[in-house]
Amino acid sequence: MTEFRLNGQSKRVESEPDTPLLYVLRDELQLNGAKYGCGLGQCGACTVLLDGKPVFSCVVPVSVIENREVSTIEGLGTAAQPGPLQRAFIEEQAAQCGYCIPGMMMRAQALLATTRDPTAEQIRRQLQPNLCRCGTQNRIVKAVQRAARYMKGGAA
Amino acid sequence: MSALFKTPVSRRAVLRGGSALIVSFSLAPALLAQERLPGALQNTPQLDAWLRIAADGSITVFTGKCELGQGIKTALVQVAAEQLCVEPKAVNLVTADTAQTPAEGYTAGSLSMQDSGTAIMHACAQARGILLARGAERHVLPVSLLKAENGAIVAPDGKRIGYGELVADTTLKVRAQLQSPLIPPAEHKIVGQSLPRVDIPAKVMGQPAYVHDLRLPGMVHGRVVRPLGYGATLVLVDTSVVEKLPGVRKVVRDGNFLAVTADREFRAIKAMETLAAAARWDERDTLPDQANLYAWLKQQAGRTIPIRDEKSATSAPAVKQLEAEYLRPYQMHASIGPSCGVALYKDDLLTVWSHAQGMFPLRQAISQLLKLPPEKVRCIHMEGAGCYGHNGADDAAVDAAYLAFSDPGTPVRVQWMRHQEHQWEPYGSAMAMGVRGSLDASGRIVEWDYAVWTDTHSTRPGGAGSTLVGQHIATPFTPPPANPGAQPAGAGDRNIVPLYRVPNMRLLYHFRPHQTLRVSALRGLGAYANVFAIESFMDELAAAAGADPVEFRLRHMEEARAVAVIQRTAAAFGWQADARLPKGRGRGFAFSRYKNLGAYCAVAVELDVEHETGRVRLRRAVSACDSGQTVNPDGIRNQIEGGIIQAASWTLNEQVNFDKRRIASRDWSRYPILRFADMFDSIQVEVIDRPGAPFLGTGEASQGPTGAAIANAIAQATGKRLRELPLNPARVKAAIGV
Ligand code: FES
Ligand code: FES
Repeated sequence: MTEFRLNGQSKRVESEPDTPLLYVLRDELQLNGAKYGCGLGQCGACTVLLDGKPVFSCVVPVSVIENREVSTIEGLGTAAQPGPLQRAFIEEQAAQCGYCIPGMMMRAQALLATTRDPTAEQIRRQLQPNLCRCGTQNRIVKAVQRAARYMKGGAA
Repeated sequence: MSALFKTPVSRRAVLRGGSALIVSFSLAPALLAQERLPGALQNTPQLDAWLRIAADGSITVFTGKCELGQGIKTALVQVAAEQLCVEPKAVNLVTADTAQTPAEGYTAGSLSMQDSGTAIMHACAQARGILLARGAERHVLPVSLLKAENGAIVAPDGKRIGYGELVADTTLKVRAQLQSPLIPPAEHKIVGQSLPRVDIPAKVMGQPAYVHDLRLPGMVHGRVVRPLGYGATLVLVDTSVVEKLPGVRKVVRDGNFLAVTADREFRAIKAMETLAAAARWDERDTLPDQANLYAWLKQQAGRTIPIRDEKSATSAPAVKQLEAEYLRPYQMHASIGPSCGVALYKDDLLTVWSHAQGMFPLRQAISQLLKLPPEKVRCIHMEGAGCYGHNGADDAAVDAAYLAFSDPGTPVRVQWMRHQEHQWEPYGSAMAMGVRGSLDASGRIVEWDYAVWTDTHSTRPGGAGSTLVGQHIATPFTPPPANPGAQPAGAGDRNIVPLYRVPNMRLLYHFRPHQTLRVSALRGLGAYANVFAIESFMDELAAAAGADPVEFRLRHMEEARAVAVIQRTAAAFGWQADARLPKGRGRGFAFSRYKNLGAYCAVAVELDVEHETGRVRLRRAVSACDSGQTVNPDGIRNQIEGGIIQAASWTLNEQVNFDKRRIASRDWSRYPILRFADMFDSIQVEVIDRPGAPFLGTGEASQGPTGAAIANAIAQATGKRLRELPLNPARVKAAIGV
């Protein structure tokens, strides 16, 4: 039994302690955002925030998240009220297959929490651990910059 | 063909009829001659196979094609909505499902718009014609006074009769006509607009969007333990330890096929690891010496297929001759999401959910494997991560089908592990391209002699014999003989024919179907490497002729649409002959028309080569693309951008490594692809619209030109020509002698 907070709500899960957080999210809690890409910390498809810091959920055993705060893309907004990053990714059409996108958004979210106005270079550096095979990278950078503008209260 | 493309809209037969203009389809004269229906209507001519309108007016459109992240759903919705005169959101689209949609083979070859888009456009236009005729009866008015608008047939006084009231069960149960009352391009309201992709919101909200997210009640998780290498056989395995692990439901062994199912996903993974540790394999040397790959490839048995042998008696004498060889290793699809399939065998029916590209061929393979009649197998497409061709998707679906069939009533989900995807997906085949060309005194190419050596580029449709399960079980199925493909689309010889005007041209396709490594269709098939070779060599010839590479291409190009994309790319890029560039900087240009049948695309790149490290820093790419009638300009831009980035990764980084027994490239550290730090600073795509022209697919247009443009830019930056892919830092360093 592990207790932690997920997108602001307390959760109690029963997966074995060595189970990576990714499977707790996807399998036990039936969330879709975090994706399995490699299970090796090489691709970032599984990226979520742990106490505000991006982690590869595929290599974080659930035992270490006791009483900590996990944030996933499901916490960024809803279809009715999309968050700034979600709006920005839709506006920029920053997805092809989209499989890598939730991981990108979570890692970008961590950057935007500390950097109001990131340069393209800062965004690239931040997103370096995350892979996209469809070749959406240039749009992703633009979407993160657009989200930064939304967060500052700008309309566009 | 080219005369047709030049036909301006105004010269086409435009007749007034009803409120909508009736424009004969631009290919109509040719089609009429052969009585061919447009696009995939030819194979599936019933209108109600493509669309249905319910009594409440709701509209469902059916396509046998699949969404692969290329945006096809959105484009097809646009085409249907335009011709039906409804809002895009009024169109419900059903994609490939063997129980519901037309059989349209594979979603491959950039043919979805040509096949399905064309069929849906005509079917919807004809349906609107029928609705107008029925509306005329109900309104008791001539069709010419009525219009179709927002799902209703509207009279001049504003009285509306909804589509739903005008259709009975049999209304659309009719055969398509040869001609359709198409809305003329000038009146398009939806086609040609960048409608936002219909699938993106769910994906950024974390809603279920992929087959990976499908969770059926009582579903268990399957994992397969694959052989250590292609030639390995299972000697012995003690399954008893695994069977006792928590949550384990079943261990399945059939020959070299070994798998386990468990109640929870991570339990299945742990069981798979335990099972793998318990398995003893007998390994054999079956792979060639990688250091000697291309010489070995050329020695393999096969046959030579002459593609072209043209001689001109009147051409000017050659004064200069050049010769070069270009090489392309095995490369991966390398999807970010390992393949996944879900299956359920219940009440005598096997249902399979899969992100493979062809649901009907998948059904055929599964029915053959499990000896079930095809009507007892239903395959439903759901999205996966981008596949870029024939990757592990089909095999993962078959894995799930096999496990579900042996556990009736229990849904089984199988997702491959990363190392399995890297090791077992069918790769893009290695290729060697040799070319000799001659110039006359005026700097024109007078001779072009080209040959390509390669294995097959597609094992589809291969039935059970082409699937891993079919090959690994105790009583295996034999794969069908390797297929060389056929011109004009070609396979390993795809794009072997340069579009340039050359009086003496000899083209040979040395088909070498050894199938030593597992291979099949990778985005573009042979086009990427053939265009890499042709367009690299064009630059080598241009240099020998002392010509600017863009001018040199135009010198040999007569096709107007090709000239237009070359000129537009050069202009948007700011191409200048003899531009002065800082040390280490290079610019490169390349062009092709995909398959010589699809979209026209040119790419120009600018990059820096770091002298010390040999690292290539991509600065910018500019591309113009002509995909015929544009349905969604942003969709085209997205595909071209993605193609450019993926091809940059192939070109600079990628090669499958192996020893005599095993694939060594088993994860992202041993098969690295480009990351953010390596990306172009900017990519600009210009879309050239051709209203009224046939749709030409876009997904595979930019890879070939990108590879060659990068090679050409590196040659300019370093003064050295690199001809063996990938053009990685080690090779660049070796070339410049650091
Ligand atoms: S799935 Fe976690 S880093 Fe790849
Ligand atoms: S959008 Fe497909 S992997 Fe990034």
